[in-house]
Amino acid sequence: MAASEKSALYRQSARRRALAVVALLVLAALPPLLQALGQDFYVSFAARILIFALAATSLNFIVGFGGMVAFGHAAFFGAGAYAVAILAERGVVSAFVAWPAAAALAGLLSLAVGAVSLRTRGVYFIMITLAFAQMIYYLFVSLQAWGGDDGLPLMARSSFGPLDLGDDAAFYWVALACLAGALFLLDRVAHARFGRVLQAIRENESRMEALGYPVAAYKLACFVIGGTLAGLAGALIANHGLLASPNLLHWTQSGTLLVMVIVGGVGALYGGFAGALTLLLLEEILAGFTVHWHMALGLLLLVVVFRAPRGVAAWLHGLFSRRGAK
Amino acid sequence: MTQLILEQAMNGLQFGLMLFLLAAGLTLVFGIMDMINLAHGSLYMVGAYLAAAAAAASGSFVVGALAAVAGTALVGALLEVAVLRRLYARDHLAQVLATFALILVANEAVRMLWGDQPMQLNAPEALAGPVEIGGFAYPAYRLLIIAVGAVVALALYVVVTKTRVGMWVRAGASNREMTEALGVNVKRLFTLVFAFGAGLCALAGAMLGPLLAVQVGMGESILILAFVVIVIGGIGSIRGALVGSLLVGVVDTLGRALLPWLLREFLPAEVASNLGPALAAILIYLLMAAILFWKPAGLFPARG
Repeated sequence: MAASEKSALYRQSARRRALAVVALLVLAALPPLLQALGQDFYVSFAARILIFALAATSLNFIVGFGGMVAFGHAAFFGAGAYAVAILAERGVVSAFVAWPAAAALAGLLSLAVGAVSLRTRGVYFIMITLAFAQMIYYLFVSLQAWGGDDGLPLMARSSFGPLDLGDDAAFYWVALACLAGALFLLDRVAHARFGRVLQAIRENESRMEALGYPVAAYKLACFVIGGTLAGLAGALIANHGLLASPNLLHWTQSGTLLVMVIVGGVGALYGGFAGALTLLLLEEILAGFTVHWHMALGLLLLVVVFRAPRGVAAWLHGLFSRRGAK
Repeated sequence: MTQLILEQAMNGLQFGLMLFLLAAGLTLVFGIMDMINLAHGSLYMVGAYLAAAAAAASGSFVVGALAAVAGTALVGALLEVAVLRRLYARDHLAQVLATFALILVANEAVRMLWGDQPMQLNAPEALAGPVEIGGFAYPAYRLLIIAVGAVVALALYVVVTKTRVGMWVRAGASNREMTEALGVNVKRLFTLVFAFGAGLCALAGAMLGPLLAVQVGMGESILILAFVVIVIGGIGSIRGALVGSLLVGVVDTLGRALLPWLLREFLPAEVASNLGPALAAILIYLLMAAILFWKPAGLFPARG
């Protein structure tokens, strides 16, 4: 019986892997498809979705997987963007140097923020992460050398070996590779011993503490992994818009990322992706209908809170499986 | 120099008292219902807009302020009954999402009603000039703000500590289930508290309207300050909110005025002019992080 259970599990994960490969292929085929349809603008828009999906995924790892509701993720996202812009200003334009540097900076920041913040929990953790994000926001905004309120523009996208990132399709593929790589990495982490311990901590922290696990170190590691990936997403978004804007660091950006995670599904591997896709597509579609799209978006989000409390991904899953059962 | 410090300290006191009007409602919502309400700043915005509109229609600042308080209290009560009440039992993430959605709705509603341009709200003409106090001139209108803030803070303190309703509220903040078990209708009490908190928001919005811009998004920037205040003071504690407000108001205002000047004494001018404003802007967040580091539940924890 144990053997059949195990083989069922393998079959399931094989099916998941196949689905992931198909999804990746479909996404990779998107730019030529859109260009063939004459919708070049949407290639750039799709790249934006992928970047926000990466940022939201990194936050979802902290919130959903680590069980820590952090309200300052924009700090790491924005710091990555500023790192790329500042390096570019100094003449460092290679993506192979600037992007890892951006991720490393965000990682170090999240290490410092996490080390202090993780002393608190619950509402106080939410607020102290917000406080640190605000500090970083004001730090960047007040320094005139880094553009102040206007942000720091980039002259061009980072150089990426033989690939010209100025081409929207090439940039899209690089963003897709980053997102896919991050999802693969997080999936492996989740199923490794580290991930099991993290989930156990989320479910019952005092018990894991009593069992002798260094709970604080595990949570900090989770926080830093999320922060580092957010820095990479920041490097991409600065390249996408050719600007490291203070808006990326603003607390409403942290709010937006959190909203993406909640809408997509807290703790689901693809939750961040589903959330970014849903939110940005909704914005785009609603903005086409009315200038007052904020109102419509707000009302729709309220519907999500009350009708799909576990996120859009879970809600759709429920709809389809109910239909399948009939 | 002393005069500058004194004047900035008065400005800090004035800002702190207005912050208290916002933080008082927020800390009770947070404390009693364990609910994160990001839309609290939107009530402040709605109050400021109502005040500006009513003042423009009636020609009187006082009528505008009173109409704003009454109107926003009504809006708050409706909001509580229609939406927020359903969120108390949910986790913090759902509350963040729902109240974030409410910010979007409120901002857009205000934009639809009054347009994109900032609204003009003028202080009463009789108070336009400065008054002489203790040898230096201070704007009369700012003095009025201090007076109103102090009176409201005092009244709130008396209501919360000396009356039966206040006792219910404090009991609700420290242990909701027990209070319910003792026969207090916490649900109705809470609609009342929420409407009252909304009215205080509107009062702050109306009073600050002539000093700051009445515009869409004004609620978001001040909301974070209000959160800092209640976290410093201890969530659910009115006394903590008062101490936290004054602390944040004075530290922020004095820091902005004096830090760049102080740094110039010790550092090269170029470094000081760069670092000064940055340091001043993050001063209160440093304060909050430090307080949470040493007192993780704030200065005056409400829950025993």
